[in-house]
Amino acid sequence: MSSQALVEIRDVNFAYDSRPILKGVNLTFPKGKVIAVMGGSGCGKTTLLQLIGGALKPSSGYVKVDGQVIHELDHKGLYRMRRRMGMLFQFGALFTDMSVYDNVAFQMREHTDLPEEIIRDLVLMKLHAVGLRGTHHLMPAELSGGMARRVALARTVALDPMLIMYDEPFAGLDPISLTVVGNLIRRLNDALGATSVVVTHDVQESLKLVDYIYFIANGVVVAEGTPAEISISDKPFVHQFVHGEMDGPVPFHYPSSDYGQDLNLQPRR
Amino acid sequence: MTIVENLRFLGHRIVNAVWRIGYASRFFMMILFYSGTSFRRFHLTIKELFSSGVMSLIIILVAGTFVGMVLGLQGYETLKRYGSESALGSLVALSLVRELGPVLAALLFASRAGSAMTAEIGLMKATEQISAMEMMAINPIARVVAPRFWAGVISMPLLSALFSAMGVFGGYVVGVVLIGVDQGSFWSQMQAGVDFQHDIVNGMLKSFVFGVAVTAIALFEGYDAPPTAEGVSGATTRTVVESSLTILFLDFILTAFMFQGG
Repeated sequence: MSSQALVEIRDVNFAYDSRPILKGVNLTFPKGKVIAVMGGSGCGKTTLLQLIGGALKPSSGYVKVDGQVIHELDHKGLYRMRRRMGMLFQFGALFTDMSVYDNVAFQMREHTDLPEEIIRDLVLMKLHAVGLRGTHHLMPAELSGGMARRVALARTVALDPMLIMYDEPFAGLDPISLTVVGNLIRRLNDALGATSVVVTHDVQESLKLVDYIYFIANGVVVAEGTPAEISISDKPFVHQFVHGEMDGPVPFHYPSSDYGQDLNLQPRR
Repeated sequence: MTIVENLRFLGHRIVNAVWRIGYASRFFMMILFYSGTSFRRFHLTIKELFSSGVMSLIIILVAGTFVGMVLGLQGYETLKRYGSESALGSLVALSLVRELGPVLAALLFASRAGSAMTAEIGLMKATEQISAMEMMAINPIARVVAPRFWAGVISMPLLSALFSAMGVFGGYVVGVVLIGVDQGSFWSQMQAGVDFQHDIVNGMLKSFVFGVAVTAIALFEGYDAPPTAEGVSGATTRTVVESSLTILFLDFILTAFMFQGG
């Protein structure tokens, strides 16, 4: 499997100041697959994407993409690598001062010398792929949340990246948009022959569309497996997460001192 | 204990301030280093020239006219006491091109265009547009920050010149048209009293320096703003306060060098 791996994360530790976020995680993303990384809010999922994209540097261990260790690349090397990656941000991060068309054309104009007629055709093809060819003249403020996410998706795949990263692609979407975005993630990945990493906590949608799932909690990988394995898993954390139970390994109460003491209650004599 | 805490707090503030100055200087050097794009693809700078320069025109022109009119009135009142009303043209023009034009235009520019730049960059950062650009292997300093910087630097002297021109017009309307100062002496005194090199060029130089300072402060504050609503509003306020004080401080320094009482 590792010879075909596009992304290898080995013994990665990462801390913000002295607060550890990731503690020796190992993950492998094989070429052509859609992988989900799941876990509760603040467990280090987005940090993981930033480490893959080279925005952060691991305290120890390494992240290898297409055979190259990301934190050892110089500025030029990192930018060359990023041209082959695409990232969909949580709320799309469309450039608000540009139209939908210019947003999708942005990378093509910045990174290629293609004539404007070809860029036009490419932009319309990308927008057609996400079902929004008719919106090319609109401004981002005129789009609904789901549409903005799809336009951002078209922009992400504008240069046909080898690796597509999704940061919470389902957050705040209605059920129809959620299904549409979910399907697009799968279809675009297969059509482009890319590898996708979906960071999410939407269990049901992920189980439907991904090939493999990693669960992260408290900075370590607590479970991994195919959707079929995960849905029948009896590991307490996975069970709580998949079934959305209120209490379990992830406690309902934030650690605190004794309740009775806090309320100044005297034991009854 | 409290003394130790106070000392620690003071030390922390000083270390932070020094760190911030260093960070701001590095940011400024990065803008200069990545300025190539702003000139190679000049249309990016022209777009920003429109939003920071052209869109500031109204406030600059109106303010310039009123300041000139006030100068006309006050100048006439004072000069009349010494019987030298004919020097009104010279007084209005010198006050404007040496001081009021560059300083007031820069103050207006800081509150009109500088605050807008800070808010725009701050919000771009808060909505992850800057991060998205970095992930697309596009340097946001070269693509977003540098064109705005050069647009500010180019438009500031032009706005200041327009401010002064409108001021002279305002002074003319009040002095000559309304009060009745002799038209010939108004213009001839102005022509004789204002030296191109000493007054106009120095005034333009001042506004160029103010343009660099205001735009650099506005862009730095926006780029450094915490990505929250509170962070962006704080950064916008800081832009106006810091650039206003910087303009007045630099004005004193530059005036001392340029017009050493000579």
